[in-house]
Amino acid sequence: MQRIGVFVCHCGTNIAATVDVKTVAETLGKEPGVVISQDYQYMCSESGQNLVKDAIKEHNLTGIVICSCSPRMHENTFRKAAAAAGLNPYLVEIANIREQCSWIHKEIATATEKAVILGRAAIAKVHLNAPLTAGESPVVKKALVIGGGIAGIQTALDIAEAGFDVDIVEKNPTIGGKMAQIDKTFPTLDCAACILTPKMVEASQNERITIRSFSEVTDVKGFVGNFTVKIKKKARYVDETKCTGCGLCTEKCPMKKVPNEFNMGLDNRSAVYIPFAQAVPKVATIDPNYCMMLKTGKCGVCSKVCSVGAINYKQQDEIIEEKYGAIIVATGFNPISLDKYDEFAYGQSPDVVTSLELERLMNAAGPNGGTLLRPSDKTHPHTIVFVQCVGSRCDDSKGKPYCSKICCMYTAKHAMLIREKYPDTEVYVFYIDVRTPGKNFDEFYRRAVEQYNVHYIKGMVGKVTPKSDGKIDVQASDLLANEQLHINADMVVLAAAIEPDKTARPLATMLTTQMDTNDFFTEAHPKLRPVESATAGIFLSGACQGPKDIPETVAQASAAAAKAIGLLCKNSITCNPCVAHSNELMCNGCSSCEKVCPYGAITYIDKEFRMPDRTTKVRRVASVNPAVCQGCGACTVACPSGAMDLNGFSNSQIMAEVDAICK
Amino acid sequence: MQVNDNKEFQPLIVAFCCNWCSYAGADLSGTNRLNYPTNVKIIRVPCSCRVNPMFILRAFQKGADGVILCGCHPGDCHYTSGNYFTRRRMTLLFSMLDFLGIERDRTRVEWVSAAEGAKFAATMNEFTEAVKKLGPNRRLEDLRCRKQ
Amino acid sequence: MNKNLKEQVLRSSGVNVLKCMRCGKCSGTCPSYDEMEYHPHQFVYMVEKGDIETLMKSPSIYKCLTCFACVERCPRNVEPAKVVEAVRLAAVRQQDGNHLSPDMIPEMLDDDLPQQAIVTALRKYAK
Repeated sequence: MQRIGVFVCHCGTNIAATVDVKTVAETLGKEPGVVISQDYQYMCSESGQNLVKDAIKEHNLTGIVICSCSPRMHENTFRKAAAAAGLNPYLVEIANIREQCSWIHKEIATATEKAVILGRAAIAKVHLNAPLTAGESPVVKKALVIGGGIAGIQTALDIAEAGFDVDIVEKNPTIGGKMAQIDKTFPTLDCAACILTPKMVEASQNERITIRSFSEVTDVKGFVGNFTVKIKKKARYVDETKCTGCGLCTEKCPMKKVPNEFNMGLDNRSAVYIPFAQAVPKVATIDPNYCMMLKTGKCGVCSKVCSVGAINYKQQDEIIEEKYGAIIVATGFNPISLDKYDEFAYGQSPDVVTSLELERLMNAAGPNGGTLLRPSDKTHPHTIVFVQCVGSRCDDSKGKPYCSKICCMYTAKHAMLIREKYPDTEVYVFYIDVRTPGKNFDEFYRRAVEQYNVHYIKGMVGKVTPKSDGKIDVQASDLLANEQLHINADMVVLAAAIEPDKTARPLATMLTTQMDTNDFFTEAHPKLRPVESATAGIFLSGACQGPKDIPETVAQASAAAAKAIGLLCKNSITCNPCVAHSNELMCNGCSSCEKVCPYGAITYIDKEFRMPDRTTKVRRVASVNPAVCQGCGACTVACPSGAMDLNGFSNSQIMAEVDAICK
Repeated sequence: MQVNDNKEFQPLIVAFCCNWCSYAGADLSGTNRLNYPTNVKIIRVPCSCRVNPMFILRAFQKGADGVILCGCHPGDCHYTSGNYFTRRRMTLLFSMLDFLGIERDRTRVEWVSAAEGAKFAATMNEFTEAVKKLGPNRRLEDLRCRKQ
Repeated sequence: MNKNLKEQVLRSSGVNVLKCMRCGKCSGTCPSYDEMEYHPHQFVYMVEKGDIETLMKSPSIYKCLTCFACVERCPRNVEPAKVVEAVRLAAVRQQDGNHLSPDMIPEMLDDDLPQQAIVTALRKYAK
C-alpha cells in the first residue's frame, strides 16, 4: 500500500492569494493512499524542506507530492530533500499550482478547483512512480581529434596540455591543413608557415599526442565517454618508423610528372613524395596511382637508394581500433569546384586562378619560389583583376547561399602584397560588399585602398575572355560610375567560396551528429553552446562548423578543447535515469524503435528465452543503452507491441494523469 | 465533466506540453500573469513525441472536450527530431478522428517555444473558445466513465 | 509610383526582385550595355522601387536582346531579362489600350451595319 504525503505551498501570497491552500490540502488529504496532507508558507525554505523530510521519516512515506511552483524551478530542491530523508528522489512529483494556476487565474473558487485537480493528477502519477537510480558510465581518458589542420592541432595541444592523451587522425600524409598552404596571414601579414610549423612540431613532439597521418575514421560506435573508433591507416608503402625523411627517394624517383596537390597542381612532384619541407611526420609516401613499381612491378629505385630500408611495396591498409572518451571534429574546408562558372574562364586559361592557387604562386616555397609570374608564360603580370563572391552568396541553384567570410580579407591581403612587391602592377578588386568585421580588419582594407592604391570597384565581373595575345578581357560593371568596363588583364584571381570537406557528411552519419543543408556541422545551441554538437561527447572545432578565419578557428579549437577536457576530467558520467526501456517479453523485434531513435541508443540483441514447454528459443529483442538514451520517448509511441516504455513518464503514469484530470 | 445547466458550458481541456519549450512557455505566461481559462489542465511530457495517440483517445473517452498538444517549433526540438514525429502521428490521428466524426476543432497541435508565453496564453484562450462553441464531447465519451 | 503597374510587371515576369543583392553581374555581362539608357541592374532596382513608367518611356526596353546572359549568370537567380520583357509588355499593352469601350457602341449603331462588324470593330479599331 502506498503512503503518500501531500505538501501544499503558499508561496507567501503568490499561491495563497488566489488558491485556497487549506481547502486544497484538505481535499487532497482524502485521496486514496494519502496519509498526510499539509500546507506551509514557503515549502522551499529550509524549514519547509525540514517539514517534508520529517514527514517522510515519521510517516514512512513511499511518495510525495509538492503543490508549489513549476517543477522547472524547484523539482531538484525537493528531490534532494527527499533523498536526504532516505526517499528515492524520483518518488517526488510536483503539481504546478503557481505558474499554471494561481498566477493566471483570478477567481478563487475555480482556481482552487483547478489546483485540486492538478494535485490529484500528481498523486495519481506518484502512485505509479518507481524508484530510479541514475546510472554511471566510465569515461575513457583519451580524446580523438579528426582533422589535423590548425583547428585540430590547437585542440590536440590544449587537451594534451591538460594531461590527457590525444590522437589526431589526418587523411593526408602530413598535418598542417590549409594554413600550411597559405603564404601570409591577415591583418598582420606575418608568415603562416612561421607560426604554424612550430605548432606542428610541438604536436609531434608532445608525448601525449599521437599523430595518425594518412589515416581515416571508418567506423564509430559507442557513446559519450566510451567511443570505439575504427581508423583505417592507409598504406603509404613506407615504414614510418624507419623513414628518416632524408628525401633521397624523392630526388631519385624517375616518375616526376605527378601534379603536386600541395601547390594546387601548379607544379609537379615525384611519385614518392614528402608534401613539403616542414611536413609532420616528415615521412615519404608512395603514390600508388603513379609509382611504376606498384603499377607495373618495374622500377624499385626508391628501395635501392633508401639507406634505412624503409620502402615496403607490400604494405597493406591497416585497421586500428581505439577507445576514446571524447571526439572533436576538425575536418575543415575546401574551396569549391569552379567548373560550373564558365563565365570566369577558369579551366580555359591557366592565368585565371583561385585565391588559394595565388597563395602558392606567391609563396617562397611555391612553384615560382615566391616570384609572382603568370602560370602560362612565366612573365610578370602587370594588371591583375580580383573577383569576389565567386560561388558565395548565391541562390541555391547557382552556388553556396552563405558568405564565405574570409574572402574580403584575403583579397585585400593579396592586393596589398602585390602592390607592395610590384608597384608597377595595377590591381582591380570587383566587390559587391566589402565585409570586414573583425579586429583591425577594416583598417587593413582601408590601407589597401588608401596606402597601396588598390582599385576597388563596386560591381561584378560578368565575363572573362582569354584572348589570342595571351591577355584576358574582363568585362564588368562599375555600378557607381554606371558604366561597363573592359579591363585588359594579365591575370584573374577568383575568390572561390569555401565548403566543408567532402569527408564531413559520411563522418556526421557515423557520429550521429547533425549537419545543416550546406554540410556544416550544427552546434548544440547557436549562441550558448557553439562548440558542442547536439550529440553528447562530440565537439566541433574550426571551419567544419562554418566559415572561419584563423583567429576564430583557433579560438573555437581551444574552446572545444576546454569542453572536451571538462568531460575527460570526470571519472564517470551520471546518466539521466528517465530513459526508455524495453520489456523483452513483449518485444517482437520489429525495429520500429531503432528507426525513430535520434541517438542510436537502441540496438537489437539475440536473447535466449525459456518457453512454457521448457525448451529455449532465441529471439531478437530491443535493448536500450541507458547511457546514450536521452529520454525523449519517440520509441515508446513507435512500438507497436507496447514493449517500450519511458522511466518517469511511463504509459501508465501519463494515463493515470489523464484519468485524474478527466475524473 | 462540469456541465451546469444554469451556467455557460465549461469544457474540460487537456494540454500536453513538452518539457523544454511549451511547458516553459506555459510557465512564462504564468510569470507574466497572462490569463487563460481554468479549463486548461497541463500534463508535462519530456517531448511532444512522447504523446501516444492512446493518451488523446483516453482523454476523450474519459470526458475531455478538447485536447491540445504543444511542442517545440519545427527544427528546435530538444531531441532534434521529436516534433517531426509528433506532426506526422497527429496528422494521422486527426484524420482518424475526422473519420469518427470528432470535430477538427477539438484537437490541435501548436508549436510554442519557451519564450512565447503570450502565444501560449492566446492559443489557450482561442482553443477554449473554439471548444466552447462545439459544446460537450459526446461522440467519443465513454458513458460508463461519466461521473454521476 | 504606380502600384498597379509594378504588380503587373512582377506578375507577368514572375520575378522576385527582392532576391537581388545588387552585385551588378547582369550589367557586367550585358552585350548591349552601351546601347541602353537604363541597364539590367537598374531595371531590377527601378521595378523594386515601382518606378516603371520611366522605364516604359525609355528606348532601353527595345535594346535588350533577350540573350538571357544576365539570367544565366545572375548568382541570385533574379532573371533580369524577364523583368525587361515584362516592362516591354506593359508598354505594348498600354499603347494597345485605346479600344472602343462597349458603352460607346449604342450611339454609333447603324441599322445597315452587320452585328459581326460591330463586334470586330470593338476588338480591332481605335477611337
